[in-house]
Amino acid sequence: MKYNFKVFRGDKDSGGLVDYNVDVDEGMVVLDVIHRIQAHQANDLAVRWNCKAGKCGSCSCEINGKPRLSCMTRMNEFSPDKPVTVTPVKTFPVIKDLVTDVSWNYEQNKRIKPFKPDPKKKDAKGYVMFQEDVDRVQEFRKCIECYLCQDVCHVLRDHDRKDKFVGPRFMIRLASLEMHPLDTEDRIPAVRDEYGSGFCNITRCCTDVCPEKIQITDNGIIPLKERVVDRYYDPIARIFGGGKKKQK
Amino acid sequence: MAGISVDIRKKGFAFTLRTDQWWVEPALVMFGFTAFVVYSTWAAFQAQFYWYSNGAEGFGGYLSPMYSPLVFINETAKGAAPVHHAWFGTFPSWWPSFLPASPAFLIVAFPLLFRFTCYYYRKAYYRAFAGSPPACAVGAVSQKPYKGETGLLIFQNLHRYALYFAVIFIFILSYDGVMAFFRDGKFGVGVGSMVLLINPILLGSYTFGCHSFRHLVGGQMDCMSCNKFRYGTWKKVTFLNERHQLFAWMSLIWVGFTDVYVRMVSMGVWTDFSTWGN
Repeated sequence: MKYNFKVFRGDKDSGGLVDYNVDVDEGMVVLDVIHRIQAHQANDLAVRWNCKAGKCGSCSCEINGKPRLSCMTRMNEFSPDKPVTVTPVKTFPVIKDLVTDVSWNYEQNKRIKPFKPDPKKKDAKGYVMFQEDVDRVQEFRKCIECYLCQDVCHVLRDHDRKDKFVGPRFMIRLASLEMHPLDTEDRIPAVRDEYGSGFCNITRCCTDVCPEKIQITDNGIIPLKERVVDRYYDPIARIFGGGKKKQK
Repeated sequence: MAGISVDIRKKGFAFTLRTDQWWVEPALVMFGFTAFVVYSTWAAFQAQFYWYSNGAEGFGGYLSPMYSPLVFINETAKGAAPVHHAWFGTFPSWWPSFLPASPAFLIVAFPLLFRFTCYYYRKAYYRAFAGSPPACAVGAVSQKPYKGETGLLIFQNLHRYALYFAVIFIFILSYDGVMAFFRDGKFGVGVGSMVLLINPILLGSYTFGCHSFRHLVGGQMDCMSCNKFRYGTWKKVTFLNERHQLFAWMSLIWVGFTDVYVRMVSMGVWTDFSTWGN
């Protein structure tokens, strides 16, 4: 079946959508089509990919305007009557074609205070935890760092507040550290003042696009905002033990 | 290469390459909220037909949740509750004459603040009314500089306090639900009894599924195994929290419907079928 693809070709300074008419076979995903275009019509088409199984997070792009993994987007959800548009993620600068420079994210990761376990909790078996203590953290560990949440977050995408907000992916990392039963580092002041929890206005697009179905907003960002409320805005909760700093 | 020059970096309100009907959801939300606000404002200004007990003076009767609790009452209004149902009797003389003596005005701030600062509603109205953003990957309204909830909207952190009051309202409206099963002190069941019973159940499911409540009962702990009771409660609240949007809408619609039901019965437009007889 013939499909019309409109693929962005260009770099950070200029570019446009280029038409490719491609034969699509049953079972193909968008990344397969991109590879077919690359093999037969545009050998110099740049695309980043690796696992083709939705686990490496490399092939993030925007398909018909929606941030998605191209390897997990099946062609049978599109009609051959309408063109399929494939563009690079909008929030980060284009290097070439569908490949973007996401290094800003790695810089944010470095800013986060690392895991700091309490040595007193280490016994002969090592650090022992119950499953219920780490259920929440394990959800966040499913993140494949595709950065689709960073791409769709309007604080970064439309308002370009990369100077104030680390984005949903790193709020999730912060939540996984803050909720860890063995961690002793206190990051709540930094969550508010350095990582910008107040810049998130809970519109949940990060959760909507997450290919791992992590409940980024409900299980990560809102609980962090609530911890900030405990610490700074709710003296009543503090009377009952909320908002305490972790014991170092 | 047949290139079509497109500025994929273009920004601007509602700019998107999305081809689906992304505008449907914010449009429905806008319609739903506007309809509720218009109706509830109209209902609050009516200041009458918020009570029905078929003339019985004793314990029991149907009270619209938009007027509960009754702090003051203007007993001369049509369809008003008997004065002994009010916490502090009749409206005081200092009540401004330009404002109808409506008990609704005295309580509206609490549910309004709770819903306005609710994490679900924030998503809904930021998208539908503020265009911040109108939908995912659709251009947001330009704000220079964007401050999110760090500027004026920092007041959203009041949600915790709004929750404390909302919990009190659940008990008050549950009392109203029980009261709906009595007329002149005599137990019975009417269609209105069921309507008023469902109301606090839906409101409770919404309130006790609140993100702040979930945090307070257990979410603030790092060690879940250290307090099994709080962990168990947190899991139950999480069940409700995962359906927060559903209960937010159901409870909102049911509050409106309950007011309509009590109003229609009180006006004599609808008949309340009951074991007490009509």
